Amino acid sequence: MNKLDVDALLDDPATRVLVCCGSGGVGKTTTAAALAVRAAERGRRAVVLTIDPARRLAQSLGLRELDNQPREVRVDGFDPPGELHAMMLDMRRTFDDMVWQHAGRERAEQILQNPFYQTISTSFSGTQEYMAMEKLGQLVAADEWDLIVVDTPPSRSALDFLDAPQRLSTVLDGKLIRMLSAPARAGGRGLRKIVGAGFGMFTKAVSTIVGGQLLQDASTFVQAFDSMFGGFRQRAQATYELLRSPGTGFLVIAAAEPDALREASYFVERLSTEQMPINGLVANRTHPVLAALPAPGALAAADRLERSGDAPLAAAVLRVHADRVAVADREKRLLARFTRAHPGVPLVGVPALPADVHDLDGLHEIGRRLAGE
Amino acid sequence: MNGWTDELTRARLHVVTGKGGTGKTTVAAALALALATGGRRVLLVEVENRQGVAQLFDRAPLPYAEERIASAPGGGEVRALAVDPEAALLEYLDMFYNLGFAGRTLRRMGAIEFATTLAPGLRDVLLTGKVKECVRRAGKSGRHEYDAVVLDAPPTGRVVRFLDVTRAMADLAKVGPVKGQSEGVVKLLHSGDTAVHLVALLEEMPVRETLDAVAELDGADLRPGAVFVNRVRPPRLPAAAVAAAAAGRVDEAGLRAGLVAGGLEVDDDVLAGLVDQTAEHAVRLRMEQDAKELLAEADLPTLELPELTDGVDVAALYELAEVLVGRGVR
Repeated sequence: MNKLDVDALLDDPATRVLVCCGSGGVGKTTTAAALAVRAAERGRRAVVLTIDPARRLAQSLGLRELDNQPREVRVDGFDPPGELHAMMLDMRRTFDDMVWQHAGRERAEQILQNPFYQTISTSFSGTQEYMAMEKLGQLVAADEWDLIVVDTPPSRSALDFLDAPQRLSTVLDGKLIRMLSAPARAGGRGLRKIVGAGFGMFTKAVSTIVGGQLLQDASTFVQAFDSMFGGFRQRAQATYELLRSPGTGFLVIAAAEPDALREASYFVERLSTEQMPINGLVANRTHPVLAALPAPGALAAADRLERSGDAPLAAAVLRVHADRVAVADREKRLLARFTRAHPGVPLVGVPALPADVHDLDGLHEIGRRLAGE
Repeated sequence: MNGWTDELTRARLHVVTGKGGTGKTTVAAALALALATGGRRVLLVEVENRQGVAQLFDRAPLPYAEERIASAPGGGEVRALAVDPEAALLEYLDMFYNLGFAGRTLRRMGAIEFATTLAPGLRDVLLTGKVKECVRRAGKSGRHEYDAVVLDAPPTGRVVRFLDVTRAMADLAKVGPVKGQSEGVVKLLHSGDTAVHLVALLEEMPVRETLDAVAELDGADLRPGAVFVNRVRPPRLPAAAVAAAAAGRVDEAGLRAGLVAGGLEVDDDVLAGLVDQTAEHAVRLRMEQDAKELLAEADLPTLELPELTDGVDVAALYELAEVLVGRGVR
């Protein structure tokens, strides 16, 4: 198996941005934080951009408030040779800041008050991904850190991180929004010719459903936004290019479970299609066997001990061992299957900690396990 | 509280949610099989375009149609449906506007995705609307076509927004056919016909998320059903030994003697490895105990499902369904 050398990756000055991707529930946020802790411990000036951390993990990084700016993590007893900074993404605020930065005061206020803006800046599918990319772009542009570790939004699919911003810009930039909101304009007639009367009915149906006012608000918003930024699409494209630039790499995080590994496979294939560099797969929370003792012998001995009732502790210890061998075998089988499909992707297994992690000591320990210590 | 209740037996729509990675699709499928046991007809619905049900039953992706995917013990059957919001919108518009060919063209142009994306609530209204139609649909004999419908719903973080059609509708039309349909959905979701089940693992984070979701469901006047505790592993250590083992104290000399009594001679490395594994197991048992106590705060019927070391395949689904039937699910 091609082993992922996490320390070499973190130490390499050419590594500037590490994006942690994976499906929901695999421990992306914790892994991203542990990588940043490890990097700081190895002398780098690192910042971790977390998206939706669990409350106690956020507290362990000193992220008590959402101020949308990186802060240095200062905790007693944590004094790394490098520096650790952390922030939590506030998507609404990132969006607001973006507007304030690029529009004059009057214009900005107009946009911020637009009901459509209020909808998309809080609940539009894709806004979180779009804003995570935007924030990443800002952190890179600030040039204050030599390593940025990025967590990605908790979507059902790892691919959403790449696709959602494009989807958002397609919708907001598309011809349809212009035509639906301003059907009298020239472009509208051309389209009508193609789809005929159905389009009129569709417009009617859509405005019955979503309301004519919403379409009007959307149109006003898109026009204002266009003049400010030259369109959503270009902006999404620019952040997308950032992910392809040298110094950026992807780590795919997965649990040693079929679903998570299937998602990881899709993502690896997609990255290679997009010519984005994949640094490796982190197989999170594995259960390697710690005692070299064949399971059948252990089980036979446990049976004998249970029949005699002599040594309940030894019998229990042997059962624990046999359970662990079964789990480890299954994990190995699943990971071997992944490696057969993607032989070029280096892989590291991170043995599970028995309890949840919510402090810097825990993150430090995960960092050690990531590095294979 | 333990096991299924009569109140849950009366529910006809079983919504299954849980934190990502807890196995909610597996539980939804096992629940559908359990409910179908003994000759009933159950529909298993998924709404997130994941084709998780097809993968679980090891079949080709499901079309937008209700297809038989499994037969249950005692002559029952489970059908499955993957609801696609675009198809649901077209089906829906067709009922009122007779779009026909134009509908297909609009779909090709992405107009449907546009409309569902433009109004975030619309998507959820369409999905829950389709579910409601399935729950209420009458079969040939005049009875309901399905005895029960199991919905593999979005994860806990998004489920209340998904089900809270009232709020979604406030942003949408105040009149018209969508309004009428969503009123029916609101009525169903807030009635005794619907139970929202939560899938949890015995770990702190999933349990906390479960409690948050229960509070959120209560706040939205939606009815929490049962908690399914998934992947429960058997406790191996005698209860008296757990506290010491979790602190790393295992009587190594006694253990070695016990192993010898069982016919095993081990070297120091193996012994140390066995001790470490046992300590980890003990820490986990304590954590699970804490999680159980925390989970009890939800005060909901609780059903445990065992961890399956060989992974989940079709046979395993039947095994889980049998466990559920044993706990009173019907």
